[in-house]
Formats: sequence, C-alpha cells, structure tokens
Amino acid sequence: MDSNTATVLTEEEKQQTPKSRKVPTKLPKPKKKNKKILQNWQLYIFILPAFLYFFIFHYIPMYGIQIAFKDFIPSSGIWGSEWVGLEHFKRFFDSYYFWDLIKNTLGLSVYELIIGFPLPIILALALNEAKDGLYKRTVQTVTYAPHFISVVVMAGMIIAFLSPATGIINHGLTLLGFDPIPFMSDPKWFKTVYVFSGVWQSTGWGTIIYLAALSGVDPQHHEAAIVDGATRLQRIWHINVPALVPTMIILLIMNLGNIMAMGFEKILLLQNPLNLESSNVIATFVYQAGLLDAQYSFAAAVGLFNSVINAILLITVNQIAKKRSETSLW
Amino acid sequence: MNSAISETMTDKIIKILIYVFLGFATLIVLYPLVYIISASISDPADVNSGKMWLFPKGITFEGYRIIFENGAIWKGYLNTVFYTVLGTTINLAVTIPAAYALSRKDFAGRNLFMAMFVITMFFSGGLIPTYLVVKSLGLIDTIWAMVLPNAAAVWNIVIARVFFQSTIPKELEEAAIIDGASNFKMFFKIILPLSMPIIAVMGLFYGVGHWNGYFNALIYLSDKELFPLQLVLREILVLQEMASQNTDVTGSMAEAMHSKQQLAAVIKYGVMIVSTLPIIIIYPFLQRFFVKGVMIGSLKG
Repeated sequence: MDSNTATVLTEEEKQQTPKSRKVPTKLPKPKKKNKKILQNWQLYIFILPAFLYFFIFHYIPMYGIQIAFKDFIPSSGIWGSEWVGLEHFKRFFDSYYFWDLIKNTLGLSVYELIIGFPLPIILALALNEAKDGLYKRTVQTVTYAPHFISVVVMAGMIIAFLSPATGIINHGLTLLGFDPIPFMSDPKWFKTVYVFSGVWQSTGWGTIIYLAALSGVDPQHHEAAIVDGATRLQRIWHINVPALVPTMIILLIMNLGNIMAMGFEKILLLQNPLNLESSNVIATFVYQAGLLDAQYSFAAAVGLFNSVINAILLITVNQIAKKRSETSLW
Repeated sequence: MNSAISETMTDKIIKILIYVFLGFATLIVLYPLVYIISASISDPADVNSGKMWLFPKGITFEGYRIIFENGAIWKGYLNTVFYTVLGTTINLAVTIPAAYALSRKDFAGRNLFMAMFVITMFFSGGLIPTYLVVKSLGLIDTIWAMVLPNAAAVWNIVIARVFFQSTIPKELEEAAIIDGASNFKMFFKIILPLSMPIIAVMGLFYGVGHWNGYFNALIYLSDKELFPLQLVLREILVLQEMASQNTDVTGSMAEAMHSKQQLAAVIKYGVMIVSTLPIIIIYPFLQRFFVKGVMIGSLKG
C-alpha cells in the first residue's frame, strides 16, 4: 500500500507548491522572515520529534552506508574502520551466487508485476459497473479483507494449504486425478506460490485507488456515449480505461522503481533449504549475510548495490514516462 | 449511471458476466477464510485427510482449549497489546503535531522539512546501517526497538497534513492568532478537538501495523520474554510446519508423529483466528477508515 500511495503524494505536492507561496493576506503580515520564525517558534517544537526521528533512523543510516566501502569492525566504529574501496562489491560480483540472486530477484518481481498489476484494474472496472447496493458492498468487504491479514498468518496459510500430505489444495488435486505437488519444497513452484498468494491478498485492496479515479469520470460522457449507441464494453474501453491511465502510469513507475525490493518479509517466511534455489533474493541474502552471519560491510555493500539499481530504474522509468506522457512522479 | 434508454441484448449479457465475475472473485477470496474458521473447530483427522472441506466436521474446541493454556501465546499476546498501545501512542504524538505544523502556510521552512521526510520514502540507508544505528543506541532486546525505529511513517504525515489543510478553517486560526493565542494553546484547545477523525484514522493505520508486524521483532529481539505474538506465530505456523513437512513427506509417518502433527494442525488454524481476532472485530471500522485514508491520499486537486 505504501508504494501505491506514495505516488499520489508527489502529485499533491506539485499542485500545492504554487498555492503555498501566496501568503494569506489576512494573517498579520510577516514583515521579515526572522520575525515569522520567532512568532511561530512553537511550531518548531511540534515538528521536532518527527525531525529527530527521521534524522536518527533514516539520515544517520544513510551516513552509515559508507561501511560498504570499509571493513567495519564494531569496536572501532564506523569512523575508525579501515577503507577498503570496492572490495566488497568485487567479492559480490565475482561470487558464484551473484547471477542466481539477480535472476531470482528480477524473476520474482517481473512475474509479480505481469500478473499482479493488471488484476486490480480489471476488478476495479468490473466493480465500477456494479450498481451500488448489497452485492457490491459484499464484494468489496470480502475482497478488501485479506489486506489486513498479517504476513506471518499469510505464510502459515500458504504452508498449511499447500502441504503435500494434509493441505486442501493437494486433496483437491488428488480428487481430480493429479499427483500431489510438493509446492513448498520444489523450487519450480516457489515463484508461482509467492505471486498468486499475493494476488489473493492484495488485488481487492488494490482496486481502491482505481475506484477513486473512476469516481471522477463525468457521467455526462457515458450519457452522451449511450445516446450515440455505444455498447457497455465500448464505454468501459473508451471512457473508463483512459481515465485510469494516469494512475496506472504512476503505479507502474513506482512498481518498476521497486523492482529489486519486493515483498521480502513474505519471501523470508516462505524460504526453506529446499526451495532456496529459486527463493533466494538480494534482500533475503542481505539479511542472511548481514544479520545472521554478521558480515556487516559485505551485506551493506550488497544492499547498496540493490538500492542503486533501484534508484537508477526509478529515475529512468520516470524520465521515459515524462517524455511519452504527461504523467510522472516529478 | 445509465439513463432511461433501454439496454441492448449484448449489454445485458455483459452486465451479467460482470456480476458473475465479481461473484467468482469474491468466492475465491472467501473460501480460504471460511476454511480456516471451519478447520479451527473441526476434528483434526477430518481436516488433514481432506474430509472437511467447507463446513466444520466433528466439531471440537480442543484446539482453542490448548491455545488458551499455552503460556507462550498468552505472553506474546500481552506483549503485542503493549507494543501496539505504546507504539501507536508514540506514532500519534510524532505524527499529528508534525502534520499540523506542516499544514500551516505561515510556518517558515515547511517545504524543507517536507522534502527531508519525503526523500526517505525513496532513499534509505538500508537494512544493515539501520540495524547498526539501533544497535549503537542500545535498543537491541528492549521494548524500545519495537516502537522507536518506526515512530512515524511519511505517508501518514502526508495524509494528516492534507486533513488539516482541508478541514480546519483558516479563519479559525487567524481569529485565534488575533486574539493572541499561542500556537500551543491553539493546538490543544482548538485544533485537537476538531481532529478526532484523523486521530482515529491514524491510530488505526499505525495500530494495525504494530499488531501485524514481525520483522522488527525478528531482527531486534532475541529475548523470548519480549517476543510479540507474530514471532510466536512464526514458530508455530512456519518453522514447525516447514520442519515437519520437509522431514516427513518422503518417509512413512510414525503413528506418534502423526497424532502430534494433527494436534499441531488444530492449533494452527485456531491461532490464525485468535491472533487476527482484534482485527476482525474492528474490521468494519478499518474498511471505512482505511479506504478514506487512501482516498485522501489520492485526492487530486
């Protein structure tokens, strides 16, 4: 949800900046900036806790990224540890698991994007056609619900339902004459399990942002189209879908910008030694190497590599979107 | 949306198909949820053999009884309640005043602060440097590791700011300033009483996050006494299950092992329900407020 919503913020910002420059005329005129600051000193106290929080837990870690270029020894501290240049990066690029990690990371997120991105759009378009009433409300109430299930319970459900001996899915498969599938221990199945459980959990919730966009469509367009003899499908395709395009572009940029950093908490829970071959992604590797094996500098370097790729992707995709359409993050 | 003009035959068929599609989607989402509820009160043998597939079979509350007698689950529950209350209180104390200050157009530097916060949505130090900061502050294995590293969320500050900008009448603030009220006085006497809706929304947003979160606990806590419910669940639902599946799939299962697994299975579905109970209870509010939150966020001019 965070990534979806993030988008809109920037648009918000864009539209508000021009307005905010105007000083409200009725307020006692701030003759000088200094005076304004003095007069509103209490507002700085209001923002102080948030400022401290972001400074300590977000900006100091950014400063700490330098350990990726050092041999961090806890007792000497960040500053006292020795510089080693790009050594950790080299070690990572040369390692035998480098390409596997890249393949899994990209594979999982591209798969998720292809399946998971269009579904909320389709569901939202369908919901928009349904008349307001008990039926529509029921559909929404039910499909939104899984969003609130914790990732641990979600992983528990996946493991329980897919168990080869006792899971309901395999009972169903056996009933239909198929052999039970060891979903959780066969690397071939890991990505599918991850992607489709995500579809189950977040498709309904994902419709909200599109429904908001659809509620902004002027009913007169539809009335005019009906008069002109347009069918329902034609109206959906030529009126509703274009209305969603800006939202789609923004969400697509956000998704592509996050392509190297997907639902890592769920992957970590579903990972086991048997499916590691296809479930080991950069983020889980950083966790393993950094926090379990305490190779802080090496793990920080791998994490930094990941963030840099992400940032490059985000900026590139945003530039492309800016050139090709009116919509972009900034 | 449709006018009085009669629909054509194809339109009617399309409409029916849309309703069928929506019903189908709903059933797919609903089935696992119903299954969990039924499985939690069914005879484990029937659940595991696949005889129970929709409605409860051989109804028993043995699973729930075992859950209520389990000390670790209780402990985790209490810890989670504590983290949720403390964490949400801190979240609100950080978010609401900051969002209010940022909503004031006469607050010099507000764009600078806003930029500072928003940048962290796109760039971060990453897992390891953040962990090292928490560690060097001495927060590891303390309750503070559960509430301070996520003391605020940028997105929620933005939503609360939009709320203040759009619902607090400017005239009210101007009048208060002319009357010589300080910003403190104005905030506590005038703004806060008007802000109950946004405080409720933010409380729910943050509260659900604390209730469902496990990752901070996983990396910052090793003392079992401090484990929140989600970590206890992880042991029951993920670690034990994985272990039993991976070792027993191929070999023939011993009888004793079998009954132990069946027992685990009953607890399994029961703990899913028990741990999600508070969320289920407030779900009607959650749905309304969360949707509102997303809507505020997506407000475009």
